[in-house]
Amino acid sequence: MGVLAEAWNWLATEAHWAGGTGAGRRLTEHLWLTAVSLGLACAVALPVALYLGHRGRGGALAVNISNAGRAVPTFAVLVLLTLTPLGRHGDLPTVIALVLFAVPPLLTNAYVGMREADRDVVEAARGMGMSGGQVFARVELPLAFALIMTGVRSAAIQVVATATLAGLVGGGGLGRIITAGFNTYSTPQVVAGALLVAALALAVEALFALAQWLLDPIRRRGSAAARGGAGGRSGARGGGTGLRTRVAP
Amino acid sequence: MSGQSCLRANEWICGEYLRTRSQELLDATAQHVLIALSSVVIGLLAAFPLALLVRRWRGLAGPVLGLTTVLYTVPSLAMFALLMPVFGLSASVVVTGLALYSLTVLVRNILAGLDAVPAGTREAARGMGYGPARLLFEVEIPLALPALMAGLRIAAVSAVSLTTVGAIVGHGGLGNLLYAGLDSFFRAQVLTASVICVLLAVLADLLLLGAQRLLTPWTRHIRSARASARPGGAGPGGAGPSSPRAAAPVSGPPAAPAAKAG
Repeated sequence: MGVLAEAWNWLATEAHWAGGTGAGRRLTEHLWLTAVSLGLACAVALPVALYLGHRGRGGALAVNISNAGRAVPTFAVLVLLTLTPLGRHGDLPTVIALVLFAVPPLLTNAYVGMREADRDVVEAARGMGMSGGQVFARVELPLAFALIMTGVRSAAIQVVATATLAGLVGGGGLGRIITAGFNTYSTPQVVAGALLVAALALAVEALFALAQWLLDPIRRRGSAAARGGAGGRSGARGGGTGLRTRVAP
Repeated sequence: MSGQSCLRANEWICGEYLRTRSQELLDATAQHVLIALSSVVIGLLAAFPLALLVRRWRGLAGPVLGLTTVLYTVPSLAMFALLMPVFGLSASVVVTGLALYSLTVLVRNILAGLDAVPAGTREAARGMGYGPARLLFEVEIPLALPALMAGLRIAAVSAVSLTTVGAIVGHGGLGNLLYAGLDSFFRAQVLTASVICVLLAVLADLLLLGAQRLLTPWTRHIRSARASARPGGAGPGGAGPSSPRAAAPVSGPPAAPAAKAG
């Protein structure tokens, strides 16, 4: 209990938050690293996964990349990249390593989400004369949304957690508070840094859960229908769930 | 002698390094394996009673699964840092941290495996006079093995890769070599340690897959039939990480963690 109290004192000390190596700066760096890496990973993985899922190809690729990603230690990749010429470019090794590790969950979830979109509904949409693009945007994407967002969420958590390791190779972010604490044998600082990272991870998790709930196209259509606007779109959604329950007893 | 020069030239791939430092590499690998193995074994020993408790008292499902999921979101470096005041700078920090991570995926998978045992099978065993203990050990656990092993494989591979982070407390196995190589800009050491680490993870996965095949000979014949009989069922029976379904986290909240990278 003593250590936690000391850690709390560390966090409550204003001097620890100010300046170029303060906790405030580290928190900003951490958020910046997370945002850039997650954004890049989404920009790379989602279009590929959505296209492959729409076409129904490359499932083995998506799954194998995920499994391989699990076996490669992030720390090793970080150290390797730091020793290459890339290491001279500030946070570039960290960003590359984080992107590499955020891509697998994004890829697998988006691909599986697209594939698991009820095939009967997709066929029905085609039968109604929807083009490939319409099926993609109006049927598959909304149905896959939950799984895609689950992937984005786990990628985000993974990136927040893994960005901590940048501190080990001299990069920025909250990991630096922990490693600096280790180097100066300051346990309160180590614990304070750990608490900050854990709190940030939980905050990001909550933020993405909220975003998922707010953005869910199926829920929004459902609530639109409930408000009385039972137009064609919400009707299509009702048909979708009806089919689903009938097909999967 | 050309072999000597690759050390001096600090090349990535260096046979001389392998020859002169093989003992150091072996020691680090042994420590790595020991830490990863003991963490998964401890995780399994803790996960089993937890899963049985949750199955017996369903009210515990929320707290137990919630707590293990929260533990899972704590980053590895932070986890080791938080455990350090408890254990000091020792290997116990790393083992405990990794065991806590493995709880999440193990408890979930054991529970899913036990839940997927068909009620009819259970009834039949009871009708044949099986008591609760015999039912559990001779019927339910064998049937839950594929799901358990799928979880075990994820836990083991993650543990091997996360052990490297233990270098922060000086007990990271091959991670120690990575850390030292970073400071001295020693390329051959960093690349060799990384490659051994990946090989260890792949080896652990293959060994567990082989063990699963040996322990569940019946699944080889039934799997395809069952897969077509129950599409989309919660059947973790056939859900090894080699099947596409297993790689997709369950969509319902809280999201089932797919992998802990580090």
